[in-house]
Amino acid sequence: MKKTVMSLAAAASLLAGVSMAAAEPVKVGMITTLSGGGASLGIDVRDGFELALKQSGRTDIELIVEDDAQKPDLAVQLADKLIQSDKVDIMTGIIWSNLAMAVVPGAVAQGKIYLSPNAGPSALAGAGCNENYFNVAWQNDNLHEGMGAYATTAGFKKSFILAPNYPAGKDALTGFKRFFKGEVVKEIYTQLGQTDYAAEIAEIRASGADSVFFFLPGGMGIAFMKQYAGAGVDVPLLGPAFSFDQNILQAVGDAALGVKNTSQWSKDIDNETNKAFVESYQAAYGRLPSLYSSQGFDTANLLISAMDAAPISDKDAFRAALKAANFKSTRGDFKFGSNNHPVQDIYVREVVKEGDVFTNKLIGVALEDHADAYAADCKM
Amino acid sequence: MTVALFLEQILNGLQLGVMLFLMAAGLTLIFGVMGLINLAHGSLFMVGGFVCAAVAAWTGSFWIGLVASLAAAAALGALVEIIVIRRLYDRDHLDQVLATFALVLMFSEGVRFVFGSFPLYLDPPAFLSGPVTLPGGMLYPAYRLAIIIAGLAVAAGLGLLISRTRLGMQIRAGEADREMIAALGVDIRFLYTVVFALGAALAGFAGALIGAIQSVQIGMGEPVLILAFVVIVIGGIGSIRGALVAALIVGLVDTLGRFLLPTLLANVMEASAARGVGSAIASMLIYLLMAVVLVFKPKGLFPANA
Repeated sequence: MKKTVMSLAAAASLLAGVSMAAAEPVKVGMITTLSGGGASLGIDVRDGFELALKQSGRTDIELIVEDDAQKPDLAVQLADKLIQSDKVDIMTGIIWSNLAMAVVPGAVAQGKIYLSPNAGPSALAGAGCNENYFNVAWQNDNLHEGMGAYATTAGFKKSFILAPNYPAGKDALTGFKRFFKGEVVKEIYTQLGQTDYAAEIAEIRASGADSVFFFLPGGMGIAFMKQYAGAGVDVPLLGPAFSFDQNILQAVGDAALGVKNTSQWSKDIDNETNKAFVESYQAAYGRLPSLYSSQGFDTANLLISAMDAAPISDKDAFRAALKAANFKSTRGDFKFGSNNHPVQDIYVREVVKEGDVFTNKLIGVALEDHADAYAADCKM
Repeated sequence: MTVALFLEQILNGLQLGVMLFLMAAGLTLIFGVMGLINLAHGSLFMVGGFVCAAVAAWTGSFWIGLVASLAAAAALGALVEIIVIRRLYDRDHLDQVLATFALVLMFSEGVRFVFGSFPLYLDPPAFLSGPVTLPGGMLYPAYRLAIIIAGLAVAAGLGLLISRTRLGMQIRAGEADREMIAALGVDIRFLYTVVFALGAALAGFAGALIGAIQSVQIGMGEPVLILAFVVIVIGGIGSIRGALVAALIVGLVDTLGRFLLPTLLANVMEASAARGVGSAIASMLIYLLMAVVLVFKPKGLFPANA
């Protein structure tokens, strides 16, 4: 039954495609992570993106989704396939910075427009910026900088900070320290993919710090928070939203309650677009959106707004239309800085329980109209 | 650095060691008796974690989940042995590695198919969820203490099983000479299935225990599997006693290395460099240990067929 409906829908969209042929269809290639340990992020980005396409009712966008399994070599192969055999106009979807660094420079050099719904490595924001590369999420340092600013205004004086020993981990601690005015009592780099934090937690207990800043995305954060709660250390935790997204929180449970985290998005940001987005996402997928979902949704809406303003064949006009960012973002105000990275508010959220579901509540703004630290190096 | 911190780190090392032992024991038994390299052992660990989380969420009891994970991993182990592994005993190790790696991929996608892509929630039972006060006023997570006790109990039970029971005698005989015990009328096919299921149950048990303090997610078994291989190589492949000793050594060396090295290096070099170099060396430490052990004892600390 479902199959029949789907094929009918497909036939209908084909027919619609024929009648709309004059409107210059746009081919979008999405490379994202749909299998392996990091799949929940890619699934959210894809679902947010597809929801926006569905709501727009447009039939002149063809989306091709590919799974990179979080492997850089596979991502590069998929990019070649999308560019050479599928002949896509736009690329998007990559979650991880190391994969973005493997794919994006090559794709934009070949004249493809790349819209990043997640990864924002500093190399692509500074000297390596490109007129064809737009980041719709954040530059990697942004949320950590927001937490540094919040920790300072909240009056924390001695912070214990830790992150995995890889480039994004180092960016995280650098970003935090850029805005934190107190003393860093200890700085630890853990192994990437580490699952046991007993040794680090023992050091936190002995350190005399008044706050702990940690950047441990995915499963690492789940393990850390559960073990931290079990150890009975009562130093408050601070972190970027990556360790507190909607999907991770359900796996952490009570251990995350009350933790402050910084994000460019929250489900209770008060604007019409966001309200409608949260409601329709829940209706479509049966779960609350995460920040990744909102990024996928915003990316698709940015694309649609540019298509309304200029044809894809006129690259200069199309880029200008993208840069104008004339779309209604779930984050409220949204604009691009000189290096095509967002200038936006970074919010502070607190983990709360609503009914049976763990989620985040907005409690303040950490940094207003925040741009990244690398824009000055971008010569475009 | 205080004495309390140092003691806490030693307990942490013991706990990691005990957990590694649960994984390594099954791996080393299976290699010792059947001569099989089983990369899918980490998948059984993952299955244990997922079954425990799902059953605990459904029944509201961690303990029922724990029992269910043991049963599910053992049953799955037996099933896999009968369907796939049995065909591999006479092949060389490369075929075994390829086939069991295929199993790893199938288990990962199978678990995603059944449980979805998002990590599951699993917490320790309420009375073990906080810290306990040890003699001397030191706080330590109750659940980690429980893991140490449970792991040592399993080690003792396994020791008794191997040295005192008829099944244990057959296992030891199987390690020494497979053809001979088959000729003596022992049902070797059945013995293999039992040993494989036993190893699988231990892995599932470890997955459930560890899932409660880590993340129950796809691929959670592979990092542990790598460490477990290091353990059985250091301990001597096929030796349960070697696995226990090596697991405790690896657990202690890894934990204390991560904790002490950056601090020690800070005495001889600049602080930020010491942090980077220290954590880099700490993550290599157990592999260095393995290399050193292999130089002096090429068959491991307790060679099984010495």
